[in-house]
Formats: sequence, structure tokens, C-alpha cells
Amino acid sequence: MMYNTGNLVKELAERHGRKRDSLMPILQEIVCKHNYLTDEVMVDVAKELDISAAEVYGTASFYSFLDTQPRGRYVIRVCKTITCSMKGKNDIISTIEEILKIKVGETTPDNQFSLLETNCIGWCHKAPAILINDMPYTELTPEKVIDVIKGYMH
Amino acid sequence: MKNRGLTKVDLIFETIDSGKVLSKAFRMSNEEILKEILDSGLRGRGGAGFPTGMKWKFTAAEKDPEKYIVCNADEGEPGTFKDREILDRAAYKVYGGMAIAGKAIGSKKGYIYLRGEYRFLLPQLYMELDKFHKLIKEIGYDFNIEYRMGSGAYICGEESALFESIEGFRGEPRNKPPYPTTSGVFNKPTSINNVETLVTAMMIIDKGAAEYIKLGTKDSRGSKVFSVSGDTPNPGIFELELGMTVKQFVDEFGDGDTKAVQVGGASGFCVPRKKFEDTIIGFEGVPTGGSMKLFNSSRSMYNVLHNYLDFFTEESCGQCTPCRVGCQQLLKGIERVKKGEEKSLYLHELLKLADTMKIASKCGLGQSVGNAFKSIVENFREEIIY
Repeated sequence: MMYNTGNLVKELAERHGRKRDSLMPILQEIVCKHNYLTDEVMVDVAKELDISAAEVYGTASFYSFLDTQPRGRYVIRVCKTITCSMKGKNDIISTIEEILKIKVGETTPDNQFSLLETNCIGWCHKAPAILINDMPYTELTPEKVIDVIKGYMH
Repeated sequence: MKNRGLTKVDLIFETIDSGKVLSKAFRMSNEEILKEILDSGLRGRGGAGFPTGMKWKFTAAEKDPEKYIVCNADEGEPGTFKDREILDRAAYKVYGGMAIAGKAIGSKKGYIYLRGEYRFLLPQLYMELDKFHKLIKEIGYDFNIEYRMGSGAYICGEESALFESIEGFRGEPRNKPPYPTTSGVFNKPTSINNVETLVTAMMIIDKGAAEYIKLGTKDSRGSKVFSVSGDTPNPGIFELELGMTVKQFVDEFGDGDTKAVQVGGASGFCVPRKKFEDTIIGFEGVPTGGSMKLFNSSRSMYNVLHNYLDFFTEESCGQCTPCRVGCQQLLKGIERVKKGEEKSLYLHELLKLADTMKIASKCGLGQSVGNAFKSIVENFREEIIY
């Protein structure tokens, strides 16, 4: 799977600068648009910032939200830390697995959804909680999460 | 010590006239601001509890003309969500606190490092920030704030890892010393403070240290925002005066069947029921960045500990061996004891390992894994074994 970034990397470098501390904002914005980083885009970023591609990959691979493997258009991250886990996280996961027909770690064949687990996202008082891309959804039940996911289906 | 009970306070979310407080602060000398914060006894609200006034004073004493204020909004400790709420409801006070800190230490530039999980807040935070930049210009002061985002790494809440991340590197903690006050972000003198600390500092300038120290105890001045979750009928954010016992807290928030409270998140301490009465929440007892998780008797403390160790195993940056290998071995260790593959005495070996991690790990992550591990294993030994 690949995506075409056109002039995106150049534009981002113009906007954020070509210093080392521009790297994270550039990578983050690419992920916001395309949900993951391809080898090609990391090489492009390295060229723009005049650093080694290994430096870019080394940095990106440290951060769990800077995915270096293909992800769908909507990345679902289910919180698995203690309170969400106590308040029914497993039911949420099995419900999502059932409607999307994928397991945790997988992406739907149409590249629309990826399902992942993540550590505490700061909604323990409204557990269980998930993120879909940047948006949090809280106090979920299996019924509620079906509605949420359906809202993202076209 | 006199027991002061449980009192709700409204300081952090109270609406104030930001322009008025900032004008007041900018009329004060740097020494006056530092004195006020030192006199207030304010200690960092992120969890570590370093005296804020001292931190500012050390940074102020540095000769380098380029200094920074960094606001640590990488709130990742399991069970903590107060900084999100503060930014959501009172971002203007976070910005104000940063400007006051900037004045006190002689810095014109601030960074806010916001965790990636809170990116959805950005549009509204930028709107507030525009207003702040206009206001500060009107007052005739020069201070600029920039947001930098995290990308899902708990370790970046550790101050030196956070600097590495702002600079565009892997979030791996640095050796200390040098401390941030001499060499922080971009290797310049930096005062790095938690979101709540900065807001509290602004409120202290508004109300005066003398007024502020009427709240709390000798070691834990003032009030604090608590994030309450777990087995409670009343989860959420509560600002409470410091100095209460766990018992008083449980009487207010428990469901009548509370068997343990985890104070300070996964890197904090587990307080069992028999110690509720004698344990004070604060620096004289169990310190906390605000995370308060209640567990009732239907919960297995083995599952709780397993969840925490799984968390640390994933979030350890992997740079130093005691933490990287230690977390994995503690996790495997309790699994083996539970399955009966090791005798229960093996837990003593694991406790020794937790001690080694405390003294040998490079940063606070590895050093504090033992807190939860020891307090859960020692107080709930049967639940871990059987």
C-alpha cells in the first residue's frame, strides 16, 4: 500500500523549517493526513531536513502514534489500561472485531479501519474509552460503539 | 498533626481577570515573584513534588540570556486526566502562569508539550492562545508560547525525555546532572512545570502566598486537583485541600466496599484498607500527581498489577537495562508464580529485582515501577499467588 504525497513534504518543511526540531511536527502532520509513514515519505523528509533516513525512521519508530506500517483511514485505538479494562474494554474490542471482521492489529481489506490497543488516554472517569484518529469516544457500551463505528462507514 | 478533613476548593477553575493578575505580576520585581512562590510552599503538581520556587530561582540565577519555560502537558500517568480538564476549561490560566514564570526567570519563550492523545483540544487551545498573545502585547510584555505535540509515548512526560522529543529525537531520558535548570530544552536553562503547577502559581500571585498557605499542611501546602476513577459512584475531577487521609477520601468517594486505593497511578503506591486511616495523601504520606483509583473487593489485585507491569513493559524506553529487562522479568515472574511454575518464595526474588531497578534505573520510570509492585505484592500476597 502506498500513497501519493505530492508536494506535501516540501510544503511542511517550508512551514515548519528544516531544523532537527522540525522533524516531529512534520511527521505528525503527515500521519494526520495519511495515518502512517511509508519508507518513501521518510526518505523524502530526510532529504528535506538533510539528515539520514535512518535518523527519521529511528525517531518515528520510537513513537506509537507515528506508525511505520500501513494503517486504514480511521485508526481505532482502544484504551487497555486498568480502569477501561475493568469497565468492559474486552466487550468493546470483541464488538468492533465482529462488525469490522478484523482482529486487533489488523486493517480492513478496504483500508478504511485499523484496530489497535493503546495505553491510558486520560478518560478513566468515563471508561471504557477509545480514540478514532484524534477523536475520543467515552462511556462506551457495545451498542454505543456500533453506532460510533457506523458513523464512520460510508 | 492536626487532621484537617476533606474540603472542596475552587481555585484552579475559578474564573479570574487574567489581564489584572498579569499586570500585577509585571509590576512586581522578579525577586518579589520568586519570594511569593517560595513563601507559598508550592510543590510541583505533576507528581514529583519539587519546590516550584526553588526551580524558578535556580533557572533565574543562570546567566544565559536564552532561557525557556516548558509546560509539561504530557499527562500519561494511568488514572490522571486533570491536566486535560484544566486546559479544556482554563487554558488562559496556564498561559498566564507561563508568562509569570517567564518574567521571574527571565525568559521570553515558552513551549507547551501536549500529549498526542489530546490533539482534539488544539483548535480551541489555539483560539485561547491568540487571545493571550494579544492580551500580553496590550499589557506591554513580550512572551510567546508555542505548542509541541507528543505522539503516544508515556516516557516523554519525564522532563529530559520531553526535551529530547521537542528537539526532534527519540524520547530517551538524559543523564542527570546537568538538571534542566542549567541545561534543559536546546541545552538552555529551562524551568519545566506541570500544567496545574503553572495555574496554581498564577493564583498565588493573585491571592498572595499568605492566603494560599492557609490551605493544606506544612509539607503539602494548598489544594490539588484529583482525578478520581475506578470503583466509585462519583468519578471525575475534584479540587481538594491537601492533608486528608485515605480514609476520608474513601468515605467520600468509595462505593462502600473499597479494598484498596492506588494513589499516584501505576508509578504510585497501593494503599490497602487496613492502612486507610493512617495514610495521609500528600508529601508526608503518599504523594500523588492526582491519580486516585479505587478498587472494590470484586477486583483481583493480580490483574491490577499485571495491567501495570504490562503498561511499564510497553512504555519503558528500553535505553537502560534495569528498566527494560526488569519490567519484562517482573511481568513474567508474577505470571509464573500464578501458574505455579515458580514457588511463592520466588516473589522475594522479584521484590529484590524491584529494589535493584529503583537504584539502578536511569530515570523515574524504572525507579518507580517498584512502588506499585512492592505495595501490591506486600499487601495482597495471597491474591498474587493463588
